[in-house]
Amino acid sequence: MRFSALKILTEGLTGNRGWGAHWRDPEPAEEYDIIIIGGGGHGLSTAYYLAKEYGLKKIAVLEKGHIGSGNIGRNTTIIRANYFLPGNSEFYSHSLKLWEGLETDLNYNVMHSQRGQIGLFHSDGQRDAAIRRANSVRNQGDDAELLSVDQLRKMLPYLDYDQGRFPIYGGLLQRRAGTARHDAVAWGYARGADQRGVDLIQNCEVIGIDVRGGVVQGVQTSRGAIRAKKVGIVVAGRSSQVAAMAGMRLPIESHVLQAFVTEGLKPCINHVISFGMGHFYISQSDKGGLVFGGDLDMYASYAARGNLPMVEHVAEAGMTLMPMIGKARMLRSWGGIMDMTPDGSPIIDKTHIEGLYLNAGWCYGGFKAVPASGNCFAHLMATDTAHASAQGFRLDRFRTGRGLMDEEGTGAQHNLH
Amino acid sequence: MRVSGKGLIDRNTVLNFKFNGQPFQGFSGDTLASALLANDQRLVARSFKYHRPRGIMTAGSEEPNALVTVQRGKSQEPNTRATVQRLYEGLVAQPQNAWPSLKFDALGVNDLLSPFLVAGFYYKTFMWPRAFWERVYEPFIRHAAGLGALAEAYDHDLYEKAFAHCDVLIIGAGPSGLMAALTVARSGLDVILADENDRLGGRLLSEVEEVAGVAGHMWVDDALAELVGFANVRIMTNTTVTGAYDQGTYGALERVGHHLDMVPEGLPLESFWRITAKRAILCSGALERQIAFPDNDRPGIMTASGMRSYLNCYGVSPGQKIAVFGNNSDAHRTARDFAEAGVEVVAMIDSREGTSTQVDYPTYAGAEVVATSGRLGLKSISIRHNGGLKTIECDALGVSGGWNPSVHLTCHMNGRPVWDPSLASFLPKEDAIPGLVVAGAASGVMTTAGALAQGCQMAQSVAKDLGKRLMPSDLPHAEDRPYEIEPFWDVGGKGRAWLDFQNDVTTKDVKQAVQENFRSVEHMKRYTTQGMATDQGKNSNITALAVLADATGRGIPETGTTTFRPPYVPVAMAALGAGGQGKGFAPERFLTSDRATRALRAPMIEAGLWYRPSYFPKDGETHWRQSCDREVAMVRTAVGLCDVSTLGKIDIQGPDAVAFLDLLYTNSFASLKVGRVRYGLMLREDGHVMDDGTCARLSNSHYLMTTTTAAAGQVMRHMDFVHQALRPDLDVSFTSVTEHWAQFAVAGPQARALLNGILDRKISDKTMPYMGCGAVQLGGIEARLFRISFSGEHAYELAVPARYGDSLFRLLLAQAEALGGGPYGIEALNVLRLEKGFITHAEIHGRITAFDIGMGRMISDKKDCIGKSMAARSGLNGPERDQLVGLRPVGAVKKIIPGAHLFEPDAAPIRKNDQGYVTSMCYSPTAETVIAQAFLRDGRNRMGQAVKMVDHLSGVTTLCEVCNPVFFDPEGGRLRG
Amino acid sequence: MRIECPLCGSRDRREFYYSGHASALERPDPDSSAEVWDDYLHNRDNPAGLTEDLWHHEMGCSAWLVVQRDTVSHAVLAVRLAKGDQL
Repeated sequence: MRFSALKILTEGLTGNRGWGAHWRDPEPAEEYDIIIIGGGGHGLSTAYYLAKEYGLKKIAVLEKGHIGSGNIGRNTTIIRANYFLPGNSEFYSHSLKLWEGLETDLNYNVMHSQRGQIGLFHSDGQRDAAIRRANSVRNQGDDAELLSVDQLRKMLPYLDYDQGRFPIYGGLLQRRAGTARHDAVAWGYARGADQRGVDLIQNCEVIGIDVRGGVVQGVQTSRGAIRAKKVGIVVAGRSSQVAAMAGMRLPIESHVLQAFVTEGLKPCINHVISFGMGHFYISQSDKGGLVFGGDLDMYASYAARGNLPMVEHVAEAGMTLMPMIGKARMLRSWGGIMDMTPDGSPIIDKTHIEGLYLNAGWCYGGFKAVPASGNCFAHLMATDTAHASAQGFRLDRFRTGRGLMDEEGTGAQHNLH
Repeated sequence: MRVSGKGLIDRNTVLNFKFNGQPFQGFSGDTLASALLANDQRLVARSFKYHRPRGIMTAGSEEPNALVTVQRGKSQEPNTRATVQRLYEGLVAQPQNAWPSLKFDALGVNDLLSPFLVAGFYYKTFMWPRAFWERVYEPFIRHAAGLGALAEAYDHDLYEKAFAHCDVLIIGAGPSGLMAALTVARSGLDVILADENDRLGGRLLSEVEEVAGVAGHMWVDDALAELVGFANVRIMTNTTVTGAYDQGTYGALERVGHHLDMVPEGLPLESFWRITAKRAILCSGALERQIAFPDNDRPGIMTASGMRSYLNCYGVSPGQKIAVFGNNSDAHRTARDFAEAGVEVVAMIDSREGTSTQVDYPTYAGAEVVATSGRLGLKSISIRHNGGLKTIECDALGVSGGWNPSVHLTCHMNGRPVWDPSLASFLPKEDAIPGLVVAGAASGVMTTAGALAQGCQMAQSVAKDLGKRLMPSDLPHAEDRPYEIEPFWDVGGKGRAWLDFQNDVTTKDVKQAVQENFRSVEHMKRYTTQGMATDQGKNSNITALAVLADATGRGIPETGTTTFRPPYVPVAMAALGAGGQGKGFAPERFLTSDRATRALRAPMIEAGLWYRPSYFPKDGETHWRQSCDREVAMVRTAVGLCDVSTLGKIDIQGPDAVAFLDLLYTNSFASLKVGRVRYGLMLREDGHVMDDGTCARLSNSHYLMTTTTAAAGQVMRHMDFVHQALRPDLDVSFTSVTEHWAQFAVAGPQARALLNGILDRKISDKTMPYMGCGAVQLGGIEARLFRISFSGEHAYELAVPARYGDSLFRLLLAQAEALGGGPYGIEALNVLRLEKGFITHAEIHGRITAFDIGMGRMISDKKDCIGKSMAARSGLNGPERDQLVGLRPVGAVKKIIPGAHLFEPDAAPIRKNDQGYVTSMCYSPTAETVIAQAFLRDGRNRMGQAVKMVDHLSGVTTLCEVCNPVFFDPEGGRLRG
Repeated sequence: MRIECPLCGSRDRREFYYSGHASALERPDPDSSAEVWDDYLHNRDNPAGLTEDLWHHEMGCSAWLVVQRDTVSHAVLAVRLAKGDQL
């Protein structure tokens, strides 16, 4: 079924009885060409592109809960392409371009809103770093511009320019950056994959990976054994557990990142705003809630919930930056499980086991990566060669030190990125 | 309307207030909601999506409909629950989400379009043309959505945060909470009793029943009187416990000033508490749920228990003709109370068969409400009874679909509640929160007698856990009629039946979600937005679950629930972030010379948490560069003075101090003699540069390390780790003395002359050679002198105990000026260091190795050090690395911009041609040209070559020559002079 | 969240700095292979359940602590000084 305004009109006039399932619930087959473990954003987009761009037919996505039950539905929905290190720069550029065509491609409105993202800086040193970043982005062919305080005052009149602890020196704007409706991204990819014949199998937990002679054979699941020629692990915060089923120990530590939303409010924040001094970022959803977040809680955790110190720190950062949000009330807080790597950048690579592939380590930046991550991982799984935009995401970079992508410059401590 | 003889309000104190521009009167003790109902204001709000008329639905913080904006002076508070807002004299409240008026809302047209605005419709359209999303569709949706509005201004209201500790936290002061508090109090344990309302008692204030032979609210007064007598009991009213966190930490929001017409100076509006409790007893009661039937959302339709609260607590009847619809015994209380109060009860409708009782108002057993009428307020209901339809005129309908225990806090650590078929409700999972037990209605005990007993019992068990034995205490006699319920969720039928009133989610939406395979409870929630409104599904989630379970053919337990997450009630950002506004966000650190520096009109800038002078303007200087150039020349020709106290200082002592330093630094300190200083480079264990600085050997086993300002904390922590975790065998102690010493750089050809003017004993090149250090005295004060230089000049750093810092700065200033010198700021400091080729954290930014900055040979091959092994990785060495170089412009364009990237002169400025980037630049008055430091691919092998600097942002392209980063006195003769 | 510091007693999480798994205590011999160092510095068991990690009582006694903790429930089961028993 194709979605359109006309379809909504005709369905509305006939009692909305014609809407069908967005995806099927098939029984798992005995064997697939490719199994993707993990029905989150990255897994679903991998399956979608495998089917769409590589014409592969026998693909299954195995999800232990329901589609989109992980970080794809728990993030602050920010999309940007302003990474500055080689490896990251070209990848996020590729992802942003895929975002820009996504709704047409999927025939699903993911509400991709290019409302612009502004990163504020607060010292000469931070300005220089912002200029370096902006030039990387421009070298890559994407947009970035430096805003003076006067320009900022016009665009964001509600920031506290005069009384803040760290005065605002300026901002780095990417106009093509913005947000999207996170759940819709998962559902849109799921529907697109399903329409192209991918079996999305929910409530199917992988409990073992079968390897014989260094070659992957398939997986054991809560719904029985399933054979596969190739298996891709795309399970974010649970990467260490699933990789351990194949005897691997990963450069990943799982951490909790909280996110927050306020009660609905009339439009007041029209961009995505990041406050570097306080690890605070905020935007306003189309429903009116202010969606915001901060730094990790800073301890290894699988609890998908956090504690008060970070909640309060984030609120304090918000209050010093934009005191007008004082009367907005935090409605809900939640947490996701972040697969933190030693350099803060992801891994899209083969493993030492033939036919077993790894897509992990998205830290807390995975949402914006969803299209390119699936696109590049599909390329790797289908062709056994790295996609041109994802050549840097190698697993061995930590051992060799070659091509580390430590955007924060904080070094090999997983939680500092 | 008011009902005489009822309510706990003070009818002698009349309060004037305004709603929707109209003046009204209420009484002291009213909420805004009760006062509005007393004034027959049934229409108070519009719903979120269809802009349907909405009235007051509950009498508590769970209210989904009656959200208003309260205006107070310059500030306005959107989304305030009228049911929670206490009335005060002069209160002004406005309806929200309605335009042009509450009665006529233009977006009410959405309601007519509702067949096209079904669940998830927006995922299926608004895609063409693509550019229209940001320009047309999204702005329209955003303006239609949202509830109240923020005032876009600085928030002048005071908010606070506080900590509290106790043995036992009791959450909720209804019958179980009060009984628990009385019981624990007698044990001597520290108790905090927190209740959301300004008056303790919970449902006892809303019910007509006796406890210990007196009216419930009178027993509450007695209990309160007793509790107040205990020194170990702290009662926190207006305080909602909002979240349960790890190790017995609870968040709580106290509303301090919201009920006052004048908030006294210094009193906060709200205070956010962090309460640490060894044990907690959750006595949060239960919330009543609705039943889904067509058009069940009209103003005048409310919870049956809320109706009772308005009558018994506030002396208000929400209508003249009352009807009640329920599926349980409790609903009958409402009909009974209203009838006894003399209000006309036109129908008591019970979905259960055979429940008619001997009462003098019409009751209908086995009946259900199938339709309602009244656009802006309820006019009538239609019921199905005995196979026939009957229309009953009424203006208020109380609905009870049963009680949902308030299990929310028990879910905050991912505990899933357990379905209880007999109560048709979810009950808290045991031990879901370590240290927390549940009593009363929150645990499914629905009678007052049961709640009192369980409150007592839980209190005894908690006290026992904490080592206190309690004598059994007598329980007051109380109501013990059982609560009987038969599940009944959805009447069905043709019309739309609301579940989530605020978000306009109907039973049809849930069914359609299932039709589209959004069958899991999380999918249904997210697709329909059920439970995502400001009440977070408190009123509607369970009913929606039941509808979902029915539509999918699964049972409720198999369907499961969505998760309740903190906070239990929404909390103002100003409360959570109290203290953060303005400068409160981070501490401020001031130099001892701060006052003297500001007196010289030096602009202060942030350096981490410190404030440092940028430059010292002289009369006639209009641009910072004039001051900076003058200060640089002053240091190069006479003498300059700079406060460098922000550098980290770590005092290290012990026989193994040198072994410790050798492990920390890449270079060796074994050969450093007493009275000498050495530059040291420190790596992280991953082989990248952590920090650089100097280390002075003050005596045989006594060293003083300096760190950069930025890395002082990190280095101290690192040293603690290396010592305690890796080498506890080393006999060494160290402590940060950064704040203990005020330290000043004295730099320039006249530096020694200046010092010799103030030191008790003169120094010479022999007694204080380059990289020498030692104790000195000035004016009888013990000081330390280091002959080190960050400027390339003959220079010293003089340190005195911090209490002398201010006077020493003033003394040095006078001496310097007498020698033709003066103070310099960090702008000049930066120029001086760049001229000399020294690096800062602009260069050692965390991705840099010793190899990159040309210090590879500083990693001693004779010993181990932190980071040595990983620094040897092939990828961290070699020609593919960006290496530190100097740059100077050689073409017509002279601008160099830090952050600009470097390319071959003929290469296009795109990523694949990228050769490096500029880290620092300045105009060098000494070299009379712009100079810069940069990292350049294989830079050390490119000396003398040309590179092109491109800044896309400003459009500047500059041809540069690659050169040695040391622009000034490369032989170092001036240092040693 | 609270941690029982062996020296200071039960303290709020705000006083502590977290650095990672306690395997950091087992620093390899300087001559160990690149693989050993890679494993030490980067790879983690990352258990969902019981773990031991390192916390610095930075705003307190500055002791580095080995905290036995459950990463799923956040329960703190035991705390000891990284430097061992001697105070």
